[in-house]
Amino acid sequence: MEKTIEVKGLQKSFKDIEVLKGVDFEVKRGEIFALLGSNGAGKTTTVKILATLLKPDNGTVTVNGYDVLAKADNVRQSMSLTGQFAAVDEVLTGRENLVMIAKLRHLNQPGQVADELLKRFGLSEAADRRAATYSGGMRRRLDIAMSLVGRPRLIFLDEPTTGLDPEGRLEVWKMVKELSKSGTTVFLTTQYLDEAEQLADRIAILHQGKIIVNGTLAELKSLFPPAKVEYVEKQPSLEDIFLAIIGKKEEKVN
Amino acid sequence: MTMELQTEMRTETVKKHYFSDIAVMLGRSMRHITRSLDTIITVTIMPIAMMLLFVYVFGGAIKTGTENYVNYLLPGILLIAIATGISYTALRLFTDKQRGIFERFNSMPIARSTVLWGHVLTSLVSNAISVVIIILVALIMGFRSPAGILSWLAVAGILALFTLALTWVAAIAGLGAKSADGAGAFSYPLVFLPFISSAFVPTDSMPAVVRAFAENQPVTSIVEAIRALLADQPVGNNIWVALAWCLGITIVAYIFAIRAYKRNAA
Ligand SMILES: Nc1ncnc2c1ncn2[C@@H]1O[C@H](COP(=O)(O)OP(=O)(O)OP(=O)(O)O)[C@@H](O)[C@H]1O
Ligand SMILES: [Mg+2]
Repeated sequence: MEKTIEVKGLQKSFKDIEVLKGVDFEVKRGEIFALLGSNGAGKTTTVKILATLLKPDNGTVTVNGYDVLAKADNVRQSMSLTGQFAAVDEVLTGRENLVMIAKLRHLNQPGQVADELLKRFGLSEAADRRAATYSGGMRRRLDIAMSLVGRPRLIFLDEPTTGLDPEGRLEVWKMVKELSKSGTTVFLTTQYLDEAEQLADRIAILHQGKIIVNGTLAELKSLFPPAKVEYVEKQPSLEDIFLAIIGKKEEKVN
Repeated sequence: MTMELQTEMRTETVKKHYFSDIAVMLGRSMRHITRSLDTIITVTIMPIAMMLLFVYVFGGAIKTGTENYVNYLLPGILLIAIATGISYTALRLFTDKQRGIFERFNSMPIARSTVLWGHVLTSLVSNAISVVIIILVALIMGFRSPAGILSWLAVAGILALFTLALTWVAAIAGLGAKSADGAGAFSYPLVFLPFISSAFVPTDSMPAVVRAFAENQPVTSIVEAIRALLADQPVGNNIWVALAWCLGITIVAYIFAIRAYKRNAA
């Protein structure tokens, strides 16, 4: 299988802090790759190096076959970044944001491209409102939509669901799965094991500057201790209560 | 469809589209300006208030040797307006840096300098708008000029160069700032500079030390050059000194701004 990303011996320090101490991993074409790590593990640093925003101190990094240092422009042409913090222009409307990116990608019909993406991301109604008025979830969706302009083969999503409510989270998950189905390679970072579990074909855990585990979900599970059976008293959820009340009413009627 | 568009992106050498990219960036910042018209009002209101104050309150007591004090005052007022205006350029740059939109642009195959140039052009356009507004107000207040079209063009050129020079200074401030307040604050001394120049009163009324400073700082030569052009009088050396200041500041500030920008984008 073709390799979309190849990282060998990657090192990066900021002044005294050694953030990456020799990171190695590969991402195959078409897969969803999750980089898991706690706060400050160096996930964003890794993504920024892959997206040509930061220069590596040591090691080789190739994206879509291009070296990030020697062929930065080719790398930029072949991927799209959705950074950790929504990179939308709040003064512009959702539509204007998308048109702007489409023009910068030199697509032929920027307006049409924008409308398609707005529809796909459920933003058609809010299209002509300024992004400043969007909710966190809408802003994130616009942010991701902006990264999909021009249909890049590879997309980076740095903690795409952090700060979203459960509904927004599910929406993003659905979208990531769809993207992957259409053949796009997805590199995402997350702090949540369940998110990686839900989405990723391959999971790597970054800890203290190194990749300590790298494998498919099944491979990772085999590393963990077997599941234990525990009995826990379960409080009824709101949903349980609701269902119980409905059920009682229906009994009475019958 | 998917495959077709995807292969479209797979070219070996990446073509740069400087002009269309700058046009997109300019369009973006112009929207920022037209959507925050209060910015232009803020930029023009203070210089206009000063003009009213100096003409109708202090004007009677100031002896400039010209019969029309508005004519004397206008060049300095315009420079104050520009100095106020560029603090918003610094602020816009700072916001871009903060919001992550810089990162998005920098991860795209566009020439990095286009992002900066978009801001620079925006600064030129928005300052031109405030200059025109202030000149209109001055006309109502009795400003008159016998200058011909060439002199007016020369005035426009000097003001544009002055704006450009200060814009690059603003870029350094905006890119280097740690907070929004910091990004805007650097322009206060610039706004103050015209007061210690021949903008409001002739320098010969000042004490020796102040006078030495006033006569050798950029604002005086720029103000004198514009004043002479508008009065249709010989400009003498002032115009060359003014141009030298503007060009010198532009070049030095440009070098530092690009360096600050590269550091940010690295
Ligand atoms: N520009 C910088 N200058 C100095 N230190 C930095 C810089 N960027 C990151 N760091 C440091 O590098 C380490 C890794 O940061 P990074 O943002 O990559 O972590 P992360 O895994 O993305 O964390 P989070 O989950 O909080 O987003 C942190 O200790 C951070 O303080
Ligand atoms: Mg991060």
